[in-house]
Amino acid sequence: MGISSETLILLATFSLKALFVIIPLFLSMAFLLYFDRKIWAAVQLRRGPNVVGAFGLLQSFADFFKLVLKEIVIPAGSDRIIFILAPLITFVLGVVAWAVIPFDYGWVLSDINVGILYIFAISSLEVYGVIMGGWASNSKYAFLGALRSAAQMISYEVSIGLIIIGVLLSTGSLNLTSIVEAQKGDFGIFHWYFLPHFPMFILFLVSALAETNRPPFDLPEAEPELVAGFQVEYSSTPFLLFMIGELMAVVLMCALGALLFLGGWLSPIPWIPDGFLWMVFKMLLIFFLFSMTKAVVPRYRYDQLMRIGWKVFLPASLFWVVLVATFIQIGIPGYSRWEVLL
Amino acid sequence: MSQILPNEKSLKNFSINFGPQHPAAHGVLRMVLELDGEIVDRCEPHIGLLHRGTEKLMETKTYVQNLPYFDRLDYVAPMNQEHAWCLAIEKLSSTEIPRRASLIRVLFCEIGRILNHLMNVTTQAMDVGAWTAPLWGFEEREKLMIFYERACGARLHAAYFRPGGVHKDLPLDLLDDIEKWVLEFPKVLDDINQLLTDNRIFKQRNIDIGIVSEEEAFDLGFSGVMVRGSGLAWDLRRSQPYEIYNELDFRIPVGKNGDCYDRYLCRMLEMRESVSIIRQVLSKIRTCGDKSVCNSDLGPPNRKDMKVSMESLINHFKKYTEGFKVPKGDIYAAVEAPKGEFGVYLVSNGENKPYRVKLRAPGFPHLAAMDKICKGHQLADVAAILGSLDIVFGEIDR
Repeated sequence: MGISSETLILLATFSLKALFVIIPLFLSMAFLLYFDRKIWAAVQLRRGPNVVGAFGLLQSFADFFKLVLKEIVIPAGSDRIIFILAPLITFVLGVVAWAVIPFDYGWVLSDINVGILYIFAISSLEVYGVIMGGWASNSKYAFLGALRSAAQMISYEVSIGLIIIGVLLSTGSLNLTSIVEAQKGDFGIFHWYFLPHFPMFILFLVSALAETNRPPFDLPEAEPELVAGFQVEYSSTPFLLFMIGELMAVVLMCALGALLFLGGWLSPIPWIPDGFLWMVFKMLLIFFLFSMTKAVVPRYRYDQLMRIGWKVFLPASLFWVVLVATFIQIGIPGYSRWEVLL
Repeated sequence: MSQILPNEKSLKNFSINFGPQHPAAHGVLRMVLELDGEIVDRCEPHIGLLHRGTEKLMETKTYVQNLPYFDRLDYVAPMNQEHAWCLAIEKLSSTEIPRRASLIRVLFCEIGRILNHLMNVTTQAMDVGAWTAPLWGFEEREKLMIFYERACGARLHAAYFRPGGVHKDLPLDLLDDIEKWVLEFPKVLDDINQLLTDNRIFKQRNIDIGIVSEEEAFDLGFSGVMVRGSGLAWDLRRSQPYEIYNELDFRIPVGKNGDCYDRYLCRMLEMRESVSIIRQVLSKIRTCGDKSVCNSDLGPPNRKDMKVSMESLINHFKKYTEGFKVPKGDIYAAVEAPKGEFGVYLVSNGENKPYRVKLRAPGFPHLAAMDKICKGHQLADVAAILGSLDIVFGEIDR
């Protein structure tokens, strides 16, 4: 016997734990998509999905089965292996990132001390799914979309990293649980990071949109220009994987926003208990913001997007890092919360 | 010196097929774009995918039978096209039309203008990525389509304007409902205004994009908003008034820079002017004593007479089988269609069918200038420019 029974038990418990995160995550993803579509429809004076199930609640499942049951079309002249691999990468990375997200105190798959770093490592890799998909499709539209997407994701990765450094400086830790715990205080909502780091909270939300290719930064999929960008040639299950992977990334950004700036599972009002539901509520709040943005704004042009990323966000967040460091050094209250760790 | 060294390769431009199955191609346009990175080097529109040979087909049909072809040209604002055809026939046969018919025509022409501009303004927004505006616009378009339907029985292919007047008088309560709509519509315009006009991204995507100077507009044969956006107050309703436009009080919105944004603003303001025209016309129709809506030289005889007079009955039969004859000669009649100058050049040899018809579609020269306007812009701007040109393939391909 090569594997001891101890290792087996450990493996089994971990798989079980992972399932406890993944299954509710997928289920909630279906309803989030429905939520997104309903908001979009409401803004546009439409009804949105209302046929499958009560109030159309099961629409996402119907879409899921439709896509899964379709034939996979692989275009002639495409690189078959990479073509199939690309959506898998996007999907797997979308799921894997959730390993370090705490939903409540202690409710986390692996409470590693470099949680934030891990998430950034994973979401930086996501660009591979896009660029491989665009390249392997052997289509000009897809190729152009992939190039745009790669440039965009990398640019915003840089500024989003700097945006978060402010929060990390304040906390003194990369662990997501301690970042949330550092926002705990006697006055509830007033202790959350979105107040001392307000400018970065806004920049974070905008960069999160850009990072996940949501409108107004959805250039890779810009319909009037590139039809559907890197996904043009994808259909059925691979398309579904791309879609779920992207939605996962969006929801991940919502979770990050809630954890870093809105105090995660902490209750906004001191005498109401903290808990998992607060975390869900905050994620939904950010998701709602994202949906409304999608409904209202036009799309940026490629060069405008790059200009904002490099000439506005990057200097602004860099300046903020210096500012926060100075605040901490001279001891302005609210910025330095290292005592939590001790 | 562009000498290529042994280990170097010359760079090839990237050429892509924009359409015919492209969401921003506004129907069936195919453009071959040569891209240098994201910059457009050359833009070559290929037309003809919706060609139906309208001009040739018209030579084999009587004048009234030809009328429905005009609905199928610019199907976004059908009645404005019919108008040009009717005007050409009336001019050539020097027919006067009843005042009531004239008023009704102006009413529906302006409704057509709003139909068109709503569609264009909101799809222009869609071309730069704002998905909500089109749906708000379509809500109103639907109401206007219902007015079309109530007047003539068809939502789109109306065939309502006839040589000599209009097909039928309006149903009794239609005027009241239009009046009610006219009061509500500016609020919708305000909403769209709020969503787009001051939106930073919308502005960034449209200002200084696709600039057409006054001179270029002349040289390239532009008309309509494409000219007015460049600062020239050229409007056929004012410069060579037809129907009762000289009795109406309206302003001509004019742009300054000739870019996509100015054209958008022009269209938004023109819709407000159309609303004010509709109001004036409504009050004029109400006070108009005239009851007939079609000149019986070209239109059918009075229905009541047909019951008692054999000559009337024969007249009716002849009009709807052989059709009326138009005196020998040729004529050019143009109207200010929402997209620009829509003209009909009609040659008649005195028969019941036209000898030759040439249609001047405003979109044609606009599209032809695509290369000139797009050069040096980015790929994303092509969609924005195309949106602001207001292209409909029904009339370009004919």
